[in-house]
Amino acid sequence: MTTVAHSRTDAHAEHAPMSFWRKYIFSTDHKIIGIQFLFVSLFFLLVGGILAMQIRWQLGFPNTPMPGGKILPETYIASNGVILPEYYVQLVTMHGTFMIFFAIMPLLVGVYANFLIPLKIGAHDMAFPRINMWSFWLALLAGLIMLAGFFVPNGPPRCGWTMYVPCSARSDLSGVTTGQLLWSVSIVVLGLSSVMGSVNYITTVINHRAPGMTWFRMPLSVWALFITAILGVLALPVLQGAAIMLLFDNVLGTHFFDPVAGGQALLWQHLFWFFGHPEVYILILPAMGMVSDIIANGSRKPIFGYHSMVFAIIGIAFLGWIVWGHHMFMSGMNPTLGSTFMVSTLLIAVPSAVKVFNWMGTMWRGNLRFHVPMLNAIGFVSMFTIGGLSGIFMAATPVDIPLHDTQFIVAHIHYVLFGGSLFALFAAITYWYPKMFGRMMNPGLGKIHFWLTFVAYNLTFFPMHIIGMGGQMRRIYDPTIYDFLKPQQPLNEFISYAAFALFAIQFLFAFNFLWSLKFGQKAPQNPWDDNGMEWSLPNPAPHGNWERTPNVYRGPYEFSSPEAEARGSDFLPQYVKLPTDRDPAPAAGH
Amino acid sequence: MRWWLPDAGSTFAGPIDSLFLAILIITGIALVVVEVGLVAFLIRYRGRPGRKAFYTHGSTRAEVIWTAIPAVTMVALGLISNHYWVLIKGRSSVPPNAYHLGVHAKQFEWQVTYPGPDGKLGTADDFTVRNQLHVVVNQPTAVELTSEDAVHSFFVPEWRLKQDAVPGMHITAWFQATKTGQFELGCAELCGMGHYRMRARVFVHTPEDYKAWLAQQAAGGSE
Repeated sequence: MTTVAHSRTDAHAEHAPMSFWRKYIFSTDHKIIGIQFLFVSLFFLLVGGILAMQIRWQLGFPNTPMPGGKILPETYIASNGVILPEYYVQLVTMHGTFMIFFAIMPLLVGVYANFLIPLKIGAHDMAFPRINMWSFWLALLAGLIMLAGFFVPNGPPRCGWTMYVPCSARSDLSGVTTGQLLWSVSIVVLGLSSVMGSVNYITTVINHRAPGMTWFRMPLSVWALFITAILGVLALPVLQGAAIMLLFDNVLGTHFFDPVAGGQALLWQHLFWFFGHPEVYILILPAMGMVSDIIANGSRKPIFGYHSMVFAIIGIAFLGWIVWGHHMFMSGMNPTLGSTFMVSTLLIAVPSAVKVFNWMGTMWRGNLRFHVPMLNAIGFVSMFTIGGLSGIFMAATPVDIPLHDTQFIVAHIHYVLFGGSLFALFAAITYWYPKMFGRMMNPGLGKIHFWLTFVAYNLTFFPMHIIGMGGQMRRIYDPTIYDFLKPQQPLNEFISYAAFALFAIQFLFAFNFLWSLKFGQKAPQNPWDDNGMEWSLPNPAPHGNWERTPNVYRGPYEFSSPEAEARGSDFLPQYVKLPTDRDPAPAAGH
Repeated sequence: MRWWLPDAGSTFAGPIDSLFLAILIITGIALVVVEVGLVAFLIRYRGRPGRKAFYTHGSTRAEVIWTAIPAVTMVALGLISNHYWVLIKGRSSVPPNAYHLGVHAKQFEWQVTYPGPDGKLGTADDFTVRNQLHVVVNQPTAVELTSEDAVHSFFVPEWRLKQDAVPGMHITAWFQATKTGQFELGCAELCGMGHYRMRARVFVHTPEDYKAWLAQQAAGGSE
């Protein structure tokens, strides 16, 4: 076994020089694929943001010509520059679609599962590098198909990112034909990409951990990405199946979802949310994992309650998989089912609370370093807490009645996905930037960006709770036609100004990201004094990562331990062999 | 500008608003504990030269406590919520003396069918009015919700009442209005491009006013 392992390792070490195309475009190196995902999903994040700005224009200033709106075609915009109702519902549909499927999900999973898993478990690459490459190219293809929706007659779908039937199954109800087909096809392709990725991540974590990297020595980021991949395998194929059925209804004249011909409207909702709720956790678990790594580093302390953190990830994933019905409390589904879904939903508060308290426990009596990733990680904890707590209102079924499908839920989802996932991503991008590009992002700009974002973000999303309590429904084009919503319009206007500021501030991050690629300070080998396996490699790490499979000697969070202090520092990396350490047995089968 | 739920207009508002307040207090306490604790930690344990972090992997006792408290709170909240949920939405919650109206949702309007002078739906004297919902104060009322095309959602904020109207399904939702006056009925589920203008006027009458309106409609005032 050992000899086999070594010959494999050596094969990895001898990489012939590759052409530009093989190295950067059709690459099978997990790190390059991660970086490809990063650029592509940041682009789609920008697309989603531009759509959001138009939504905010319409909600803040209904019936007012949108600046620059006249460049849009006449199916989207009236001749005086005012957004049309058709276009407005397309904006909300595509903002949700792009942000969830093409920005946040690939940023967390596509980028960081790819980039971090092999580096953090001491593997040379993914288990299936070529499938990995396909996973990226299919995701890009899916994104382009989705984007094409804007350029076909009548534009993209108009039924919300949840694509409720029969609206989406009948073009006479939505007024959209080609755009609807493109949506379904894009989702099928994206699902394929996700499943390829997930299978790869699962296999890699199970089979390719370096000797000594036992399950409970894995960093929480890897645990979270691993559990997320399992959720992905369970959830995405259901959405794919549903999208294929929707496609058949639209193209082949089947009637899965059309009640007039014997179909079931609620069937779509069950299928969609059976995917959709695990998806919510796909969008937050990796963020939680990476934030855990960064908070331990910034606190210079081991993570508080490592084992319960692992079980909380598993608990959230399991519960998240059996709560889809809470999106359907008002759907006409049997109310008794509402009771069961309420209980499972409320229980998610328990592992979530455990995680928040353990992050605080990690900071307790620490020696805090407020580097930019740490600031954003702290932002994550404080904002995710608000998002988690506001979820309890909707989980309690009677209180959900007035709040369901109002701006309150819009506030909630943005506290989780922006305050949660996106702050975690600012942290992760800054933290692993030196590993990706060999340079540091500018810390001064990073801090300014964090504080401005933190303020503008709260000014944007917090008032939405109040607007929603007042009863403003989601996805309505013009709230001022309702008498009871008119008094709230000044607050809507305020939110829009805050949102424009929030959007503008993100260009600081974009500038810092792009500028530092060329002009950033050269990164030292271990810029954050971290314990992770990835910092035993040069920045950026070469194709194949380690020349010889590394050994792992301890857990990932040995900050400020007596052994570390004996060495005169406050950290002790997983790859450092102390005189008292024994080499782990070589992994069988490698 | 309001900073709270709309003024209460039905019997559901009492329990729902109290529960809302209770959750606001519980989550408010949790929020203050977390955010104040967080800020205190950030100040107190900020890195300084010569400072050393305390090396610990956790505390089982602390973790048991902060697992148990949310668990007990959530189970209690679930039990209380379920009690009211069943009273409001349970299939057998519709009072036997409820006055039944038909509400048919359609892109992008509400068609309300009234039982006419005989007080029974499905008889010859029924009549239908577009985008006007007339009901009697303090009278349990049940709407028989159906949809012509897409999924719509019947939403009157003052009544704390929301119920989707789903094509192919017949759903009964009931309420008892407690305040006379004019309100608005909106659609809360995206049903197409005209979703925003799917709006109806709601009139809550005294029994006498309602009778007068009914008589006027029967005399040929209906659409």
